[in-house]
Amino acid sequence: MARVIVTTSGKGGVGKTTSTANIAAALARFGKKVVAVDADVGLRNLDVIMGLENRVVYNFIDVIEKTCKLNQALVKDKRVPGLYLLPAAQTRTKDAVNPEQMVALCEELKPEFDFILLDCPAGIEGGFKNAAAGAEEALVVTTPEIPAVRDADRIIGMLESMGKSPIRLIINRLRPNMVQDGDMLAKEDILDVLSIDLIGVIPEDENVIRSANIGEPMTMSLDSPAAHAYLNIAERLLGRDVPLMDLESYATRTFISKIKKFFKGSKKR
Amino acid sequence: MDFLKKIFGSGNDGSRDKAKDRLKIVLIHDRTDISPQLLDSLRDEIVGVLTKYMEIDTDKIEIDLDHDEHEVALVANVPVLRIKRGKIDVDKN
Repeated sequence: MARVIVTTSGKGGVGKTTSTANIAAALARFGKKVVAVDADVGLRNLDVIMGLENRVVYNFIDVIEKTCKLNQALVKDKRVPGLYLLPAAQTRTKDAVNPEQMVALCEELKPEFDFILLDCPAGIEGGFKNAAAGAEEALVVTTPEIPAVRDADRIIGMLESMGKSPIRLIINRLRPNMVQDGDMLAKEDILDVLSIDLIGVIPEDENVIRSANIGEPMTMSLDSPAAHAYLNIAERLLGRDVPLMDLESYATRTFISKIKKFFKGSKKR
Repeated sequence: MDFLKKIFGSGNDGSRDKAKDRLKIVLIHDRTDISPQLLDSLRDEIVGVLTKYMEIDTDKIEIDLDHDEHEVALVANVPVLRIKRGKIDVDKN
């Protein structure tokens, strides 16, 4: 029976879909049978990030409304064995599905997979409640910025009251250089205020954009800092004890930033 | 030296600490934001418990969340008219 995990954030644009795609691909690389479900009805994106947009025929609303069979709607990723996408409907609204139907859909998927990853829409309204309803566990994505952490706090509170467990945090787009220079919230700062378990830190990485451009999740092939970080998250989901990456080694220090550091040295914590 | 600092230093202590302080304050307020309905229901229950032990002036009760910048307190001002002494002894048994 599959573990059902919702990826959520509250705030938009912090990397929910990128995280879902990369963790799904990583879990599949570790030999698991995984389905990534795009729960963002009306604004579907996961198909494009995974590079499967040309192969979408049916969507999960069709499955719920029994227009097609589940197997007809599942898009099999030919690059990684065991990886599937269940797309969202693009021409429908979030009212087309309710939490009970989402739970029923997950129950139907569970016997077929090891992991069901639900990519949740931004916001705290119906779309979030639908996506969260089917899940037992949650991954909350945030970036080291006040609005994203604030929204994450709100979402964590809602997930807790819904009884999701464990709820774990992904800190995305961290820039080790800026943290070192005292100009960005560090992972400790965020964990300090959110009091939630951390499952991984993703460094800011241009490969995120490249991989979205070509439609291939980084964890499929590219050897990049972000791919490495997502592979680590997948391993931790599998219960393996993987130490956090040494992000400082990825901090590409320039000559100027070294001099800056020298002059700021006395003020550093 | 000051000249070099101007060029290479950022000219401030970094925005990280400022961000952390602002975030903490925002969260204190977000987490204690209470709807009027919830406050009414809290008030009714508090009154219910208090009236088991004392007569209170229900018209003059003030219950509210008091926000200052760094902390939030539940402040209740309840005028007491008379303690119900016999009642407490009964409950102990």
